[in-house]
Amino acid sequence: MSTVTEHEQEWESEIKAESSLFSINLKEVWQYRDLLVMLVKRDYISFYKQTILGPIWFFVQPILTMIIYVILFSQIAKLSTDGTPAIPFYLSGITIWNYFSESLSKTSSVFKDNAHVFGKVYFPRLIMPLSIVVSGLMKFAIQFALFIAVVLYYTFVNGSIHPNLWILATPYLLLLMAAFSLGLGMIFSSLTTKYKDLVFLLTFGIQLFMYATPVVYSVNSVPAQYRFIVNANPLTGIFQCFRYGYLGSGTFDPASLLVSTGIIVFMLALGIVIFNKVEKGFMDTV
Amino acid sequence: MKKLAIKAENISKQYRLGEVGTGTLSHDLNRFWYKLRGLEDPYLKIGDVNNRAVKGASDYVWSLRDINFEIEKGDAVGIIGRNGAGKSTLLKLLSKVTKPTTGNFKINGRIASLLEVGTGFNPEMTGRENIFLNGAILGMSRQEISRKLDEIIDFSGVERYIDTPVKRYSSGMYVRLAFAVAAHLESEILIVDEVLAVGDAEFQKKCLGKMGEVSKGEGRTVLFVSHNMGAIDTLCTKGILLETGKVVAMGDTREITSMYFNANNQEEGIFQIGRTDQNEAVAIEHVTLLNQNGTVTRNFEYRDSITIDIALDCHQEIEAPYIWMLVKSRRGPLFAATGMLDGFRPKSLKAGKNKVKCTFLNVPLLPGVYYIHMGIRSQDGLHLITQSKDVASFNIIGGIGNKGFNGSLADSLAEEMHSPLVPYQWEFENDGIYKFKI
Repeated sequence: MSTVTEHEQEWESEIKAESSLFSINLKEVWQYRDLLVMLVKRDYISFYKQTILGPIWFFVQPILTMIIYVILFSQIAKLSTDGTPAIPFYLSGITIWNYFSESLSKTSSVFKDNAHVFGKVYFPRLIMPLSIVVSGLMKFAIQFALFIAVVLYYTFVNGSIHPNLWILATPYLLLLMAAFSLGLGMIFSSLTTKYKDLVFLLTFGIQLFMYATPVVYSVNSVPAQYRFIVNANPLTGIFQCFRYGYLGSGTFDPASLLVSTGIIVFMLALGIVIFNKVEKGFMDTV
Repeated sequence: MKKLAIKAENISKQYRLGEVGTGTLSHDLNRFWYKLRGLEDPYLKIGDVNNRAVKGASDYVWSLRDINFEIEKGDAVGIIGRNGAGKSTLLKLLSKVTKPTTGNFKINGRIASLLEVGTGFNPEMTGRENIFLNGAILGMSRQEISRKLDEIIDFSGVERYIDTPVKRYSSGMYVRLAFAVAAHLESEILIVDEVLAVGDAEFQKKCLGKMGEVSKGEGRTVLFVSHNMGAIDTLCTKGILLETGKVVAMGDTREITSMYFNANNQEEGIFQIGRTDQNEAVAIEHVTLLNQNGTVTRNFEYRDSITIDIALDCHQEIEAPYIWMLVKSRRGPLFAATGMLDGFRPKSLKAGKNKVKCTFLNVPLLPGVYYIHMGIRSQDGLHLITQSKDVASFNIIGGIGNKGFNGSLADSLAEEMHSPLVPYQWEFENDGIYKFKI
C-alpha cells in the first residue's frame, strides 16, 4: 500500500516583495518585442499627423540653430572650426546632439509621462524607454538628410571638405548615443520618481552638458588644462569620429571611441539595474 | 485535489499618506541605516489600519495586511468590500502594477488584467491600429492578434468605423472596441476591475456573458471586483470579503454577498454607504429599510410594503435632481421607481443632510434575495451626480402556501422564481375562467 502524500504543486511564476538587484528578465523584454514595434509605429503615426507642415518643422529648428551658432561662435567669438566651413561644422554637431539630448530628456521623464499606462497594466517597463530611443531615429533621419545635402554640396560643389571611410561608423555612433541616452535617462527617470527636485537639475544639466561636448567648438581649440574635462566625456570620441568621417577635419583617435564604448556600456548596465529596481514600486510614489 | 491557480501568502501593502516628497530622503536614509546594521525596516512596524474616516496616528497605513488565500483553477472569484477595503490594491498587486510590501503570490498561468479598458489607446490611430497597440500592451503577440482580428472586430460591433481614427468615436464605441480586445486575451487567469460600469446596458450584458463564458466554458480563472452584487452573484462561484485590508470571509458567493450587506450593520436593515468619491455632488450616507409597521428590518413577507429611507449628504444645494431606485434579483432588474418616468422629484436638495423616502406598496415578490440599486441624476437628467450602486439587499421570507397559493408545492417552487407576480387569468375551454388576484 502506498501512502498518498500531499501533492506539492509546482508554480510557474511568483510575485515577491523583494527582488534581487540583478533579476533582470531580458527574456520577457524579448517576448514583448511586438509592443516595441507598435509603440514606434504609434510615434510614427502621430509624427505624420501632427500639423500641416508636419516634419518640415524638423528642418527649421537645426537651420535656425545653425545660423545663430555661425553668427555667434564663428563670426563674433571667432572660435576655430579646424579649418572647415562653419556651416557643415556646426550642423554636424547640432544633428547628432539633437538626437542625444532629445532621447535623454524623453527617457528621463518616462515614468512621469507614462504613469497612466504603467498604473493600469504590466509589461516590461524597459520597453518604453527603448521605444523612445528608437522613435527618435525618425526625427534624426530627417535632420541627417539635411546634413547629408550640405555635406554633398561642400564636397562636390565647394570642394572644401573631404569625407572618408569613417562615415561607415555612423550606425555604431548612433548605437552608442542611443545606449548612452538610454542609460543616463533611465537613471534620471528612476531617481525623479522619488526625488522630484532632480527634474530641475536635468533641464539645465542637459544645457551644461552640451558645452562639455564638442558641439560648437573643436577639441583642438580647448586649452590644455581643461582638455581632460572634454576628454572624460564619452560623447567627445563620438563627435570627433563623426566630424572626422564627414568633414575630414580635426583629430580623431580610435582609442577614444573605445573608451567611450566602455563608459557607455557601464552606464547602460547601471541604468538598467536601477530602472529595474525602481519599476516595481514606482507607482506608489510618482 | 484541484490544482491551484493563485496562492497568496502573507501579502501586505503599506502606503505612505500625505505629500510624498518632504522627509522622503530622511526616511530612506534611516531605512538604509537600519539595513546596514541588519535590522528590520523601522517603518514596517508602524502604520494604521486603513480606515479613511478616522485620522490616524502615523503617515503610514496598511492597505492590505497579512492576506492569505488560495484560488483554484477554473474558479470565478468575486472580491467584495467597501471602498478602501483594499480590493483595488489587491488587484494591482496581482497585475504587477506595484509590488507587495511583504509576502508573495504564487501563480500558475499567464495573468491578464483589466484594471481599465483601452489602456494606451491613441486617438490619432484607427480602430484597427489601436487593436494591435492595445493588444500588444496587454501582452498579446502580433500573430495572436492577427489571428483573432475578425473575431474582435465582430464582437465590438464597430466594423464600419474600424479604419477611422478613434478620436472620432463616440465614448460607447470606444469602450466597445477596448473591451473587445480585452475579452479575447488568451490567458489562464483574468483579473477584472469594475470596468463594466461603462457602455450601454446591452453591451454590458454582452460583456458579462463573455466573462461567464470565459470562466465556465473555457475553465479559466477569473477574479472580479464589482459593486454590482447581482453581477457577482451570477458570474462568480466564490467570494472573498475584504474589510480594512483583511480577509473577513471567503466562500460561497451568496453567503459572502449577504455578509457584505450585513457587515458593519449592527442593526439589520440599516446599510452604511458613505461618501465614495470626494467629487460626488451628493453622497448616499445610509439606507434604512422599513416595513408597513415602521419596523426597521431586511426581512419582509410577500405583499409587505417596503420603505426605503435614504440619508443624503450634499456638497451644495442641488436643484430638482432625478432620483431612481431599482429592485433587482440576482438575475437582473425587476421593477423601478424613477423620477425620470413619473416626473416626481424634489424641488431641491439643500446643502448638507437630506432625507428621501420611497415606498413600494404591497410588493408581490416571491421569496428570495433581492437588491436595491439606486442613483441620482442632475436636473437635466444627463449626468449621474452620485455613482449608481447597490445600496441594500432584503429577503422575502416565509411560506406563501397559506396566502392563497397552491400549498407546499407553491412554497417549494417559489424560491426558484425570483420574480414579482402580476394579476392574470386563465381561461380553460370546458372549465371556465380562473382569476389570479394579488
